Amino acid sequence: MSERVAVRKTYKLFIGGKFPRSESGRSYLVQDANVSLASRKDARDAVVAARAAVKGWAGATAYNRGQILYRAAEMLEGRREQFVALGVPGDEVDAAVDRWVWYAGWSDKLAQVYGGANPVAGPYFNLSAPEPTGVVAVVAPERPALLGLVSVIAPAIVTGNTVVVATSPTEPLAAVTLAEVLATSDLPGGVVNLLTGRITETAPTLAAHMDVNAIDLTGVTDAELAADLEVKAAANLKRVLRPAPADHDWFADPGLGRMTTLLETKTVWHPKGV
Amino acid sequence: MTATATSARSDLSELGRSETALRTFLHGLPGVDQVGAEQRAAQLGTRSIKTTAKAEAIDLAIRMVDLTTLEGADTPGKVRALATKALRPDPADPSCPHVGAVCVYPAMVPYVAEVLRGSAVHLASVATAFPSGQAPLEVKLADTRAAVEAGADEIDMVINRGAFLAGRYSEVYDEIVATKEACGDAHLKVILETGELATYDNVRRASWLAMLAGGDFIKTSTGKVPVAATPPVTLVMLEAVRDFRAATGRQVGVKPAGGIRTTKDAIKYLVMVNETVGPDWLDPDWFRFGASSLLNDLLMQRTKLTTGVYSGPDYFTLD
Amino acid sequence: MFEYAPAPESRSVVDIKPAYGLFVDGTFVDPVDGGSFKSINPASEEVLAEIAEGGAQDVDRAVRAARTAYEKVWGPMPGRDRAKYLFRIARIIQERSRELAVLESLDNGKPIKESRDVDIPLVAAHFFYYAGWADKLPYAGFGPDPKPLGVAAQVIPWNFPLLMLAWKIAPALAAGNTVVLKPAETTPLTALLFAEICQQADLPAGVVNIVTGAGETGRALVEHPGVDKVAFTGSTEVGRAIARAVAGTRKKLTLELGGKAANIVFDDAPIDQAVEGIVNGIFFNQGHVCCAGSRLLIQESVADRVLESLKRRMAQLRVGDPLDKNTDIGAINSAAQLARIRELSDAGSAEGAERWSPPCELPERGFWFAPTIFTGVTQAHRIAREEIFGPVLSVLTFRTPAEAVEKANNTPYGLSAGIWTDKGSRILWMADRLRAGVVWANTFNKFDPTSPFGGYKESGYGREGGRHGLEAYLNV
Repeated sequence: MSERVAVRKTYKLFIGGKFPRSESGRSYLVQDANVSLASRKDARDAVVAARAAVKGWAGATAYNRGQILYRAAEMLEGRREQFVALGVPGDEVDAAVDRWVWYAGWSDKLAQVYGGANPVAGPYFNLSAPEPTGVVAVVAPERPALLGLVSVIAPAIVTGNTVVVATSPTEPLAAVTLAEVLATSDLPGGVVNLLTGRITETAPTLAAHMDVNAIDLTGVTDAELAADLEVKAAANLKRVLRPAPADHDWFADPGLGRMTTLLETKTVWHPKGV
Repeated sequence: MTATATSARSDLSELGRSETALRTFLHGLPGVDQVGAEQRAAQLGTRSIKTTAKAEAIDLAIRMVDLTTLEGADTPGKVRALATKALRPDPADPSCPHVGAVCVYPAMVPYVAEVLRGSAVHLASVATAFPSGQAPLEVKLADTRAAVEAGADEIDMVINRGAFLAGRYSEVYDEIVATKEACGDAHLKVILETGELATYDNVRRASWLAMLAGGDFIKTSTGKVPVAATPPVTLVMLEAVRDFRAATGRQVGVKPAGGIRTTKDAIKYLVMVNETVGPDWLDPDWFRFGASSLLNDLLMQRTKLTTGVYSGPDYFTLD
Repeated sequence: MFEYAPAPESRSVVDIKPAYGLFVDGTFVDPVDGGSFKSINPASEEVLAEIAEGGAQDVDRAVRAARTAYEKVWGPMPGRDRAKYLFRIARIIQERSRELAVLESLDNGKPIKESRDVDIPLVAAHFFYYAGWADKLPYAGFGPDPKPLGVAAQVIPWNFPLLMLAWKIAPALAAGNTVVLKPAETTPLTALLFAEICQQADLPAGVVNIVTGAGETGRALVEHPGVDKVAFTGSTEVGRAIARAVAGTRKKLTLELGGKAANIVFDDAPIDQAVEGIVNGIFFNQGHVCCAGSRLLIQESVADRVLESLKRRMAQLRVGDPLDKNTDIGAINSAAQLARIRELSDAGSAEGAERWSPPCELPERGFWFAPTIFTGVTQAHRIAREEIFGPVLSVLTFRTPAEAVEKANNTPYGLSAGIWTDKGSRILWMADRLRAGVVWANTFNKFDPTSPFGGYKESGYGREGGRHGLEAYLNV
């Protein structure tokens, strides 16, 4: 009796809710697997998908977005062993699940904490409320590959942004597997788009892209590259989250900063009269 | 543009025939944002009118005063004195112009008429069961005819606010039409009693209603309710007469009444007239102040401008 | 005809010195290399004063003074005491408001009624508002112990010289930072008078430093390695350059940049108030307003009517001496700005838009531009896309709410927008969809210290005003 031949998995990109190969046809060997090597054109396609998803996702109710993020937590919990098998420590998977849950709850609370009525000196109704900035490009931290990734995606999308993420180049399998979680979490296609490959190839394209509203440089460890990306981002005045310090504790309370940096505050005035 | 205006004219003349048409028209007028209207009025009030401009404004304001007494205690002696003052507001200065009109109750009209006869000062009388208007139509029309017969050439009527607020626009319209007819050649001023109309939207609708029904003037107030003329109410009425002339070609006058006591206030109104409807209305034929104590303040300020010295109330007649 | 006689505000209330130094470490000092420039009255081209031009060494001296003050005095000072200094400043501004208003109108060219009734009262209100925050920062929603950033470099524009200073300095000081501020080169005088007010308030030396100069001075300040925070209000072009300059540094950046706001009038609008809002939206402060309603979008069914009213209203605008209390539109701030307004307006005519101005006599000397509207404008015209920053309105039309939103958002800017309609649900529907930081519904150009202000997209990032305004100056 011969041993069963295992079916191996092909690790592909995640763009617009689908799993395409790189348009360049390239892949690279990492973590004992062939993973798609995203090109600049893939980055461009991902931005198009992310932009197309903004209207529906930002327009969804906060309750709905919260439900979908919570669903992602449920699906991730169910696949705990799969991530452990990829080498992700169990406590990291648990923390990633908890992070989804934490951010899910913010969807319908942040506007109350971060916005509100302004007592202006005149007969006006005056209200400030946060709104998503739009399409956010993210360079995910190299590690922890799963918790770091969830910790940058969740705060961006919970408020209604869509993201294009350059994933950890050295540990991309957790990212692609997370994409499978998201694909089965009722998350509309295009809200999260993942590009595996080299940061140096995708990030500059995203930083310079004029239809991207913000860039999160959290995972950029090379200071020169970070500065260069920030300079590129200035072309259309992207909102910028600067790189995380090397000793950043991913298990700690993340605070509101990741969410609020990717928000716009809109203030509406209206006279009060009869 | 001309074609539009002409067709608009024929349309408007038909409005009074149907309650529905009248309501549709009045409720189709652009709304008035309270805060915006009040801010605009306040802004116009910050104009600084000095020296020569102030002197001209004071004389014009004097010519626009409807010198008014509407007291239960009015007597022939009282109104004669008032009429005399109307002719020569400042006996010490012959260059001081006379006022626009004297405004009294119908019973006082004959005594005023004696004094004003042959002068250019008009004689206005309130009528139509002033100030409430709560009398049968026949009584109100008789009131009007009596005042005209006694010598009034201007009639200040009150609208039926109850009917207006209840949305019975035709009733209000018909009353104005009937009163206008009872006036004969006398000019009809329609008092909207804006202090009871509650909103500027209502002020605008009531203004149009009064103009559509044939009023020659629209007037803010009786002076008998707590809120009388205010700058924003007058602003809304001025916008109405401006738009009405644009639509129909007919010019209607405006008379704020009550609460205007100082020269400073009067000048603010003149600025408002100037910048809202323009010089065509800067004339006693088209703009009046319904006031009593205003005149003495105008006279004091006038004296200050000519002599350079602040005057005092002892130097002007209290009539 | 009712002619208003001249009603000039007296300029004797303000005492302008022939020359001003830099305000560094609590005193006025001469610049190291001794350079200077002139500040002129744009309404008469008369020289008002000789102003010191700060160079790199002066900037360095100011930053070091601010650092020392931050570390030794202002940082350690309890919030309640910082508050008291700010309250003092607010009160002195109120007391000296007439002086500040006259000086602002002289240096900037804006009508005295605006500097007197809008700018200076808002300046005092801004200091009063942020003074109250200084000892309440733990309650501002940024955690239990929010920390200041350190030294803030602040560069402000010429359109609201003292108000922009207040928007920058008040929250920075309340949060515990010290500042080096560079006013615009054409309007430094009220900032220098503010320096005297700081002295009068006994504000500790080095907490506020004012370094005058032009672009190079600003660049030296923004690029100085000793600053922890950069705040800029001005053009998108310069904002972009600053964003590049701070890339890769620790400096926190907030930017309040240009705009090309749509002011949208529906057929059910309160027309008379809408016309006032249109006028205020584009002619307030000669249109030198980043959030000006410079694109008027009128629903086609009322376009003729609104335009007729607008033209009639524009004919009432009084252009002339900024110090005359009846002036509605003052002088253009500088020859350079006038040239830009002329260039874009000429482009509007050349591209086929129809230009209209009311009859209006402009003074001989000084920089003037009559209030102007262009009709028949499309989104493709330069005057519909580029910020003119002058009293020039581009008029476009639309048919449906969706089309209005699409046209309003069709710009790289996103600072403000206006909506005029009597239908409440439509206002909220529109407000949700407009990509702009401030949406004025049935009003326009309203400002308040409690109300966050700032842009989307290329109009910048960060908010000024309100609780949000503190965030720019806290390490959060």
